[in-house]
Amino acid sequence: MNTNSNVYTVIYTTIVVVVVAAVLAFTATRLRPAQDANAKAETLRQMMAAAQIKPTGELYAARNAEVLGIYSDNIAEAFTVDLQGRKVGELSTASGKIELVDKLKPQNTAIKAGEGATLPVYRFKSGITVVPVYGAGLWGPVWGYLALQSDGRTIAGAYFDHEGETPGLGAKIKDEPWFREQFVGKVIDLDASGNPFDIVKGGAGDDASKVDAITGATMTSKGLDQAIDVWISAYVPYLRTLTNSEEE
Amino acid sequence: MAQKLKETILNPILKNNPITVLVLGICSSLAVTVQLKGAIVMALSVIVVTGLSSLVCSLLRNTIPNRVRIIVQLVVVALMVILVDQILKAGESTYAIDKQLSVYIGLIITNCIVMGRIEAFALGNKPIPSLLDGIANGVGYGLILIIVAFFRELLGSGTLFGLQVLPVSYIPNNLVILPPFALILLGCIIWVQRAFDKDLQEK
Repeated sequence: MNTNSNVYTVIYTTIVVVVVAAVLAFTATRLRPAQDANAKAETLRQMMAAAQIKPTGELYAARNAEVLGIYSDNIAEAFTVDLQGRKVGELSTASGKIELVDKLKPQNTAIKAGEGATLPVYRFKSGITVVPVYGAGLWGPVWGYLALQSDGRTIAGAYFDHEGETPGLGAKIKDEPWFREQFVGKVIDLDASGNPFDIVKGGAGDDASKVDAITGATMTSKGLDQAIDVWISAYVPYLRTLTNSEEE
Repeated sequence: MAQKLKETILNPILKNNPITVLVLGICSSLAVTVQLKGAIVMALSVIVVTGLSSLVCSLLRNTIPNRVRIIVQLVVVALMVILVDQILKAGESTYAIDKQLSVYIGLIITNCIVMGRIEAFALGNKPIPSLLDGIANGVGYGLILIIVAFFRELLGSGTLFGLQVLPVSYIPNNLVILPPFALILLGCIIWVQRAFDKDLQEK
């Protein structure tokens, strides 16, 4: 058989491509549920690490099923708010329904457009409220979760993650505990005319609304700073309602 | 025959190591050697991909139209890589490592070792020797990866497999974490290997 004829080549490549496509489609469909479960558990781990439900190490050592259980035991309510701080929708608190990271990107666009945003808010039984932030780092998206005390301004904890920041530099936003720990006890300035919170180069010191950036990771720090500015500014109207109800 | 088979298996690990002698697959060996755990998963992934791709291409070798053979090889390699990536993402304990290795698992497709072995060996040999050749080349690659990662994690973070081994007073060397240091280390490994193996030295 002449394996170099045009007809043979076309038929051969067609068969190869169809077979490969079928194999891939089959595996992708079969593995999808397991992959989604991993992604959801990862999101829950990060949210609960921010909310100080359990130590980060313990959450990462726990199996997926345990993580879902801890979440169900601790979540109080979940809903969405608009840019004016009004509650606009309910979110399911079922642990299987979390798909946060995929949904942050369109919200990011909506915040910047100034309309149509439905921002997720997660309230835990401990009174802590968790809100996400999302933005662009140096190589790809960076995101994270800020946990706020019931007054809506004091930060109880934070957790950050990224898609592909440089290991040893930008990746420290996730890998170095000191970075996220310095957020604890800081305060979001709800009345600021400019940014409600800042990541600054050197010497954040005792300033209540500033934390130190990471040496050697200027672009990642800036990206995260901007993510926090954009998102927390969008949440400010809602956070004010928390502060007011506390004062009454 | 037995002698030839032994060579097929041992050559890629020492005398014909894809990284230190052929200097292939440098890109990924610089990128994924910051931590041992990542390097080991990467090494295993490459072993699986080189082995299976060589096996499949060897099985198809008499039917592949010569004019599109590179494309057909690429399709086979891409299939294996995507399968490995999907399986790593689905495993509960491998999910975190897959996230850490991010694009580099996908980039195994462009690893010259895989295509190189298919072109040079699998297309002209029977399936079983091809499978062994692929696996052996993967092992040769993985071995160097693990050696480099050992030094980089030890000196760059003071840890091995994430556990602290150097005293806490040790200040991690930041240069070690950056890719250029992996190149320096690779250079040293090539130097040591050439010093011992006179056959590799140019006259």
